[in-house]
Amino acid sequence: MANALSRALDSDLWYSFSRSPVTVASAAVALVCVLGAVFAPLLAPHNPFDLASLNLMDAFNPPAWMEEGNAAFPLGTDDQGRDVLSAIMYGARVSLIVGLSAVVFSTVVGVGLGLLAGYLGGTTDAVLMRIADIQLTFPSILVALLIDGIVRAALPPEAHEGIALYVVVFAIGISNWPQFARTVRGSTLVERNKEYVLAARVIGLSRVRIMLTHVLPNVLGPVLVIATLNLGFAILAEATLSFLGVGVPPTQPSLGTLIRIGNDFLFSGEWWITLFPGIALVALVLSVNLLGDWLRDALNPRLR
Amino acid sequence: MSDTARSQGAGQPPMLEVRDVARYFDVSRPLLQRLLAREGKRTLRAVDGISFAIPRGTTLSLVGESGCGKSTVARLAVGLYGTTRGEVVFDGNDLSSARADAAQRRRMQMIFQDPYASLNPRWRVLDIVAEPLRAFGLLPDRAAREKRVGELLTQVGLSPADGQKFPHEFSGGQRQRISIARALSSNPEFLVCDEPTSALDVSVQAQILNLMKDLQRRMGLTYLFISHNLAVVRQVSDRIGVMYLGRLVELAPSETLFEAPRHPYTRALMEAIPDLDMTGRERIPVGGEVPSPISPPSGCAFNPRCPLANDRCRRERPGMTRAGATLVACHAVEEGRDRQ
Repeated sequence: MANALSRALDSDLWYSFSRSPVTVASAAVALVCVLGAVFAPLLAPHNPFDLASLNLMDAFNPPAWMEEGNAAFPLGTDDQGRDVLSAIMYGARVSLIVGLSAVVFSTVVGVGLGLLAGYLGGTTDAVLMRIADIQLTFPSILVALLIDGIVRAALPPEAHEGIALYVVVFAIGISNWPQFARTVRGSTLVERNKEYVLAARVIGLSRVRIMLTHVLPNVLGPVLVIATLNLGFAILAEATLSFLGVGVPPTQPSLGTLIRIGNDFLFSGEWWITLFPGIALVALVLSVNLLGDWLRDALNPRLR
Repeated sequence: MSDTARSQGAGQPPMLEVRDVARYFDVSRPLLQRLLAREGKRTLRAVDGISFAIPRGTTLSLVGESGCGKSTVARLAVGLYGTTRGEVVFDGNDLSSARADAAQRRRMQMIFQDPYASLNPRWRVLDIVAEPLRAFGLLPDRAAREKRVGELLTQVGLSPADGQKFPHEFSGGQRQRISIARALSSNPEFLVCDEPTSALDVSVQAQILNLMKDLQRRMGLTYLFISHNLAVVRQVSDRIGVMYLGRLVELAPSETLFEAPRHPYTRALMEAIPDLDMTGRERIPVGGEVPSPISPPSGCAFNPRCPLANDRCRRERPGMTRAGATLVACHAVEEGRDRQ
């Protein structure tokens, strides 16, 4: 749709991107993480979920470069004989899926409610923003824990297993919508009094149509930045929940699950089981956050 | 043409009639703060009881200083604001019921002040100009719509190819032309122009005004024109209303107003028009500040700044009285004190 505009924007963005070595480096790291996760079934040296290929004789192999290392397991193996590198690649998949879905979820909820609050104003605005304020007084990880706890208590364990992934996505997503809603509300308050919105009102367009076709496209800029920064948060939140044992089921271990499992062996000397998933998590979250920081600065006209 | 339009209009109701309309805004602080500070509600009287009518095919201009309520009148006239008191009648029907009907709503349009805010920056000009066509379902066929937009753009002095561009690719004057094309696309009869030239360079102002006059002549448009610039107003108006603090103080045919201004405020405004002949001559500025519309002075709102004010002016609010072709709200004019 916005061909000429997007081209102009792209060129500006590209310029500021290529001039920042930190950003280029974090983009490269993020890209490696994402590609490794997406193509894990093709790239991973082993399939950690294929029970037939697991051999307990391979358990607790240290990384390949150490004395007792085995070249078939570059980063060593865990207590079940699973290849740590492969487990990380599959685990990053789960982490990214949960993180992205949660961000999409909170973006949709937050942008929708923020738009309503900002455009309609009055009681709608007051009610929605007080709910957001109240929720912001709780740490978001607490909100996520609470929701997870409620669902766990309400459902039998078998049923919970099947929907655990969705529960985590919902819990993380809902704990983070106020940030989107507040930002969008703020920009909506500015946009709704601009004359192009008045022109649409003179024509007699419905409020929903004005919100969706006029206001929404003009408030999405900051949302992109928050969404990127929130991706890092969502991945971390998922890892925290999984580390605490209330996240995704152990049959689909995420990076957080791997760290928790490895944690049990930390003091018996098998440090690689927990360290490498940890490094992968830090690399992924840090690179995403640095990209988000850069995007925020690059899109801020005052810093140009 | 505008004369023939006027004679056709004889016997028909005026395009727009405003009867004793007021619009107040609640500018109180939030409830909690108000209770803590022990203060009451604060009401801003943006428009406080004004009446006028605009016959078909003519232009009525409203002039006044910033904050005198002229933009509020513009928004009341197209129904963006509701009235606190009084009624707005569009072509014989109450405005709010007329606006409920798309066929009536199509007949009124508005042109805005800021050409940088009045076009959605994310839309192509083609979509901007075609928006009223789509909203009113006037040309359901896409190709026909694009053709019509091309005609409209040509009509306002742009090229049909400009439809593919985005607003940021145009200058202020060109953007105002796009606004005019959008306003014209639903074939309106009544246009409200809220300071359409005040954000433009002087040379471009003249072009836009000429375009608007030309369109009026060809299409028999009726304008409500809002401006703070008397020179601009003189160029386009049939009649001019002078507003002060939410009230109409003088309403007169354009030339009459410039040749024989009656209200002391109008006279002060005339004094302030830059004029090459007057270079070097001493001017008498209007003293004092515009009072707050939250607590307007009692009686005539102009009395604190008026050289002719007396006790009656401070006590009693003047009504509109006829003086020749002029309607003027001033005790001094009514009593003949202004001639002494």
